[in-house]
Amino acid sequence: MSQLNELTLGQLRIGLENKEFPSVEIVESFLKQIDEKNSHINAFITVTAEQAIAEAKIADQARAKGNANKLTGLPIAHKDLFCTKGVLTSCGSKMLSNFIAPYNATIIEKCKQAGLISLGKLNMDEFAMGSSNENSYFGTVKNPWDTSRVPGGSSGGSAAAVAAGMTPLATATDTGGSIRQPAAFTGTSGLKPTYGRVSRFGMVAFASSLDQAGLIAHNAEDIAIGLSVIAGYDEKDSTTANQPVDNYLELLANSLDGLRIGLPYEFFDDRLNDEMRLKIDEVISCFQSLGVVTVRVALPHLSEAIPAYYVIAPAEASSNLSRFDGIRFGHRVASPTDLTDLYERSRSEGFGKEVKRRILIGTYALSEGYFDAYYKKAQQIRRLIKNDFDQAFTRCDLILSPTTPSTAFRIGEKTNDPVAMYLEDIYTVATNLAGLPGGSFQAGLINGLPTSFQLTGPAFAEGAILQAAHQIQLNTDWHTKHPESFYV
Amino acid sequence: MYEAVIGLEVHAQLATKSKIFSGSPTNFGAEPNTQASIIDLGMPGVLPSPNKLAFEMAVKFGLAISAKIGRYSVFDRKNYFYPDLPKGYQISQFNFPIVGPGHVNISLDDGSKKRINITRAHLEEDAGKSVHDVLDGMSGIDLNRAGTPLLEIVSEPEIRTAKEAVAYLRAIHSIIRYLDISDGNMAEGSMRCDCNVSIRPKGTDILGIRTEIKNVNSFRFVEKAINYEINRQVEILEDGRCISQETRLYDPDKNETRSMRLKEEANDYRYFPDPDLLPIKLDETFINACRDALPELPEARKIRYISEFGITDYDAGGLVADRDIADYFAKVAESSGEGKLAANWVMGSVLAELNRTGESIIDFSITANDLAFMLERIKDKTLNAKTAKIVFEGLLACEGNVDEIISARGLIQVTDKSKIEELVREVIKSNPDQVSNYLAATTEKQAKMIGFFIGQVMNKSQGKANPQVVNEILVAELVK
Repeated sequence: MSQLNELTLGQLRIGLENKEFPSVEIVESFLKQIDEKNSHINAFITVTAEQAIAEAKIADQARAKGNANKLTGLPIAHKDLFCTKGVLTSCGSKMLSNFIAPYNATIIEKCKQAGLISLGKLNMDEFAMGSSNENSYFGTVKNPWDTSRVPGGSSGGSAAAVAAGMTPLATATDTGGSIRQPAAFTGTSGLKPTYGRVSRFGMVAFASSLDQAGLIAHNAEDIAIGLSVIAGYDEKDSTTANQPVDNYLELLANSLDGLRIGLPYEFFDDRLNDEMRLKIDEVISCFQSLGVVTVRVALPHLSEAIPAYYVIAPAEASSNLSRFDGIRFGHRVASPTDLTDLYERSRSEGFGKEVKRRILIGTYALSEGYFDAYYKKAQQIRRLIKNDFDQAFTRCDLILSPTTPSTAFRIGEKTNDPVAMYLEDIYTVATNLAGLPGGSFQAGLINGLPTSFQLTGPAFAEGAILQAAHQIQLNTDWHTKHPESFYV
Repeated sequence: MYEAVIGLEVHAQLATKSKIFSGSPTNFGAEPNTQASIIDLGMPGVLPSPNKLAFEMAVKFGLAISAKIGRYSVFDRKNYFYPDLPKGYQISQFNFPIVGPGHVNISLDDGSKKRINITRAHLEEDAGKSVHDVLDGMSGIDLNRAGTPLLEIVSEPEIRTAKEAVAYLRAIHSIIRYLDISDGNMAEGSMRCDCNVSIRPKGTDILGIRTEIKNVNSFRFVEKAINYEINRQVEILEDGRCISQETRLYDPDKNETRSMRLKEEANDYRYFPDPDLLPIKLDETFINACRDALPELPEARKIRYISEFGITDYDAGGLVADRDIADYFAKVAESSGEGKLAANWVMGSVLAELNRTGESIIDFSITANDLAFMLERIKDKTLNAKTAKIVFEGLLACEGNVDEIISARGLIQVTDKSKIEELVREVIKSNPDQVSNYLAATTEKQAKMIGFFIGQVMNKSQGKANPQVVNEILVAELVK
């Protein structure tokens, strides 16, 4: 029999229900894997082992008494930007390397209410800025498939932890691709829900109008289980949508017959390499065999997405990160000479290079005299991109594309070329600009490295995305491929 | 000759029970940082959730100044670093304020009226306070005030004198008090005023370089600060020097303004729409509900008082400025049926007493009913002006109700003719010189001289004689 940490969340849930094993054994199995593998992978910043085991014992007692929820006693791990009461919440930054959050983020609270047990906090690019997880104060996360390669970012810790069997489910966030790209690089499934579907309260902000919390797991079914827990209106986040949450698990089983999948011309141009194109063609064939109709659609403003994103996101970040001033929490310089010195040195020492770069870009873009040329123009592009998607979705139900231009690149390969790094987001950022849901799912291996396809839907079509991915996963074994480090 | 061009920015703290973006209470004077939640502290990850009551209050103000209400308004971030600004930005409104152009009418001392246009009024959150005198060698930060809702009311630069500025400020104060949207207490900082002042040669319409005097905290200081600033600017121009655009602070102890920072040092606030808050969309139902809930406003009440109580425009203007005083007056006038008399007493003795003690009319020891009762005793001639004053003092000293004081002090007015005749004769008898002078004088002079005799008779009656009756009898008796 395989080890418990090799099972999916759905399998663990059934095992718990059938009393095949208790929660304590599940949690211990994952903690053991973390203990053995984290030193190579560096996915966890904090492991809350004692607390997890204590909670697992309580969960088992509750289940014995018949007081358990369906998910009581199942493990999860959280990206280290979700405030967790009494636990270090570092955002991968020196700035918050001493920050013990005094409250729980809504997402953390909802997971607790559902009975999920947190194993710890996951590594990430500093303040979620990066596409390689090389920008963490706590060190680079390694790709479990090849530790000389990056796991993607910024939710690299979340993706690597799932890929290496250290947790069956991880929370993550996606501002320009930070869930989907690491999922693609690590052979996992990842979903960024519609903007406003999941509360941002307690999630340390990078770019508020683009940030969205989501999940990384082994398959679409596990994401459906998790999304049912975290989705929904939150009065503490006035940008959440006040509309009912679908029953994602129930939707999974529906047939895809007659579903229209759009293939945007702009995603299938010369920039897509042949190997990747072959993989995507396999995915398309599989969909077609399930009764899916493909149509060509156009997203004419797609080429403007990256420039617009790299104005809007840094602009919002420059303001969001102003609160890290050394006054109330976070890194504070020793013996400042005056207020300006306190600000300057606390921030200079506390923030890493990429964060500083984006604060500078954002501050510049918002400055008097430049606002119209940059921020305002970027917002106009954003509107055009949104219109493109609206137009496309009159002709199709979901849009299919690659998630990334290539498989995982080597650590250090792009660190000195920020623009090359930014182009990593080429297939993902438009989804964030339009506020739409997008998922990345396994599409098999190229030269031993995972690759993936991306599904983007209209607002609140999480159910349709997960259903399509689930049907593919019922008919392929791409999502069951694991790196060696996954196995004990 | 120069004239001043003055515009005021008034910040009124809205009287919501909780803050504009968090559930923390807004009480004044609590222990430092006891009314600051994780949201007010700007903790990583927190988000603002708007208090809809603040929208309602802002809309009511907009309706009260006949303003265009922003059906679509947007919260923006105003970015700058300061220790008592926890997030590093203040949530405010920039391009799309909740209240658009409106106006108020002010009355000036010479009886003339002037319309002052209001550019806009927008919602924003207050900052905390830096405390420099409590911790030895360190500055403290108190975030109790952070997140208190503010309505910033911006006037057009149409004010020309310090007196007009005060009249405008009083008009705004009066409106926010009537609407009950702010306690308007300038000393506690719940209403604050920034004054933009420039001068120019009279008769031109160019604009001079302006200075901004920050956070002036009383009506009197606004007048003094503006006058000081006008004089300072005139002197500079007369000397052939240039005024620098800057922010200044008023020091009431020295009665002067001092430079705080120059324009070059000013922040670029990098305003942009706050992505954490959706635009506020107000529909007609909401606006109409606000309109229906509007109380009678000072101008309307003034017109009503003039016709209902038969008082003068001047008295009515003075009485309605403060809603509580206006209410008090109306009660006195209604129960006594004596509008004019009520106006005289409220504008005179009552306001004088309140000014002396600094008390508010709400806490005033003489109730409207007491005062009305006293006026009835004047009307039925039990009291005259002089004895009424004594009763008023008695009421202030809590000696009992009006009738108790009258009887305890033996103040019932003497109208009995025979009694008064007796006193008159005594006075004539003991003042023979004055009598012969009186008789030798012209009729015109006699009218003035009779005051002496009335005074003597009133003294003898210990103020209780009815002065009209005394006058009649004296005129008759003196020529006998």
